[in-house]
Amino acid sequence: MSGHSTYQPKSAFTRWMDARLPVGRLVWDSFVDYPTPRNLNYWWTFGGILSLCLGVQIITGIVLAMHYTPSAAGAFNSVEHIMRNVNYGWLIRYIHANGASMFFIAVYLHMFRGLYYGSYKAPREVLWILGCVIYGLMMATAFMGYVLPWGQMSFHGAVVITNLLGAFPIVGETITTLLWGGFAVDEPTLKRFFSLHYLLPFVIAGVVVLHVWALHVVGQNNPTGVDPKSKADTVPFTPYATVKDGFAMSVFLILFATFVFYMPNALGHADNYIPANPLVTPAHIVPEWYFLPFYAILRAVPDKLMGVLAMFGAIGCLFALPWLDTSKVKSMRYRPQAQLYFVIFVVICWILGVCGGKLPDDQVIPGLSTFKLFDSELNSYVWLSRFATLYYFAYFLVVMPVLGLIEKPRPVPETISSPVLGDSDKKD
Amino acid sequence: MLRKVTLLAAALVLVAGPAFAAGKAKEPADIAFSYEGPFGTYNQAQLQRGYKVYREVCAACHSMDLLAFRNLGDRGGPFYDPKYPNANDNPYVKAIAAEAQINDLDSETGDAIKRPGTPADRFPAPFANVIAAKASNGGIAPPDLSLMAKARSGGPEYIAALLQGYEAPPKGLTVPPGLNYNSYFPGDVSAGWSGDKHHTPAGGYIAMAPPLKADLVTFDDGTKSTIKQQATDVAAFLMWAAEPKLEERKQMGAAVMVFLVLFAGLLYASYRRVWRNESH
Repeated sequence: MSGHSTYQPKSAFTRWMDARLPVGRLVWDSFVDYPTPRNLNYWWTFGGILSLCLGVQIITGIVLAMHYTPSAAGAFNSVEHIMRNVNYGWLIRYIHANGASMFFIAVYLHMFRGLYYGSYKAPREVLWILGCVIYGLMMATAFMGYVLPWGQMSFHGAVVITNLLGAFPIVGETITTLLWGGFAVDEPTLKRFFSLHYLLPFVIAGVVVLHVWALHVVGQNNPTGVDPKSKADTVPFTPYATVKDGFAMSVFLILFATFVFYMPNALGHADNYIPANPLVTPAHIVPEWYFLPFYAILRAVPDKLMGVLAMFGAIGCLFALPWLDTSKVKSMRYRPQAQLYFVIFVVICWILGVCGGKLPDDQVIPGLSTFKLFDSELNSYVWLSRFATLYYFAYFLVVMPVLGLIEKPRPVPETISSPVLGDSDKKD
Repeated sequence: MLRKVTLLAAALVLVAGPAFAAGKAKEPADIAFSYEGPFGTYNQAQLQRGYKVYREVCAACHSMDLLAFRNLGDRGGPFYDPKYPNANDNPYVKAIAAEAQINDLDSETGDAIKRPGTPADRFPAPFANVIAAKASNGGIAPPDLSLMAKARSGGPEYIAALLQGYEAPPKGLTVPPGLNYNSYFPGDVSAGWSGDKHHTPAGGYIAMAPPLKADLVTFDDGTKSTIKQQATDVAAFLMWAAEPKLEERKQMGAAVMVFLVLFAGLLYASYRRVWRNESH
């Protein structure tokens, strides 16, 4: 895709610059002339939306850091100082706090899109893996960011999550001590989390550059999964993709603004407006919504170490996905059976999210008494998360490899433009 | 089909994600507060009544460390007066502040002194420190009220319900000494319950004694001073205290929404125009 450059410097200055540092050429080739498959649907707009999210988080975060105090005694009150006394501080903080959730909504949709249309398959393995790295960094950044207000949920969430790493044999204790900067979550923990929370977004930005670079080498996937074969299959990025991405971004911003201006605390937890108190543990410690599926997987496994491994394994599966899927056909548009398993997978991820927010022993169907299976009632969220966890792993480790070998896909078009221009096939 | 399922799942995650049941307490009754809805604003008369309840009742035990007297005269606040955009000049705020005695140091001698408050001073705390607060309250320090309306699931509705929720304990329930039964307080009363195990009463034991009584506070605007009125007004006041920028936020939100909808419309029109000759 990264073919011959068509950049023509127009003015004397751009010609002079082009011979020395061809930034103009890079921008032209990457964001203007760059050939984009003409059949991209709105699921392809989340890449642009995610860059917007990263930009918003970095800018609001830098301003917040100007007013924030990273100390156990001052953190909570400095956040309230931002909310009450800093000009538009409430706006900046609500954008940053809800921006994290918006970022994850967009990244999950972006990932499900990649999963459905086979965007991880050759030659896009490295592109996909870089995306997984970004996702991992995002989770680390978001987790540390949630600790910074030093509320009850910040503190006890940090205790629960950092303690998990202690489950690893031999190195566990060293890792937690290093992470805590001592023997419990305390002042040094907050200080290093603040430092890392400021650092990691720039690491993310760096990996995003690699992600976009890799994208521009292999080109975008598209709903047919058939790579463009001629100029008839593509349109230039500008204005075609820019205007479409711009429209999608503005719609996304409407959702974003609805949260910021009308329900800014809906995605947070009330307990985080109580200052951290190590001596009082909240009745129910829950992470932010975007971690709930993994929290459910963690708690589904009775053994602590195995639970931690399952949780990390759930993310690890994503990295191995390019080699787990054996299908010759990229897009699930032509794989009816895969579509069914995919829809179930999406529902399962949602169910895991719900389970992560409940107490394990709560009843799924209220009032229905069942029998005890091993350690818990069958009608409990812990058993629901176990079944869902089983499907989660089976999807990657069984369905993906086996289905690709046994299914009979529908006919795949020769080129992108044939189904579009021919207009015979149905669009999903 | 796929699209619908995905959107539905995303919507459900948004709705169901943070909604957690809290204990086995009674569900607080809904109150139609004036600040609710996209164009809601605080009812200033209600905030003034609520402030009076706080000042005359709650402030005896509860601190409100994050608030300064000047906040009372800020836009949207109980004593905001458009004539005084700078709340420090508001005579009403100055008078309220001057009633308080603030701990300070004499700038000449360095001796600890008390002086009348100014609008820049924070609300004085009833106890010198946490230990003193615990010692005077049976071992449990009364929580700070600055963020109470955001720090409890159910918010102001929960606060109003809790303040009215001091029912006589049901027959068969033994209330430990120094504690009070409240049907809206999250907790577990099963240890003191001698009745049917499957019908443990809702609620929990709270250290705070019933704080409100009819006519305990005299409202300057002539509003009848029932427990319900006091509880509702102080809940509204605490909501203002926790979220003082709510009016500013909703006003800006309306402008942002209008802009974004127009902007999105413009971009959609551009999109249609740019793509008009391209099949896709």
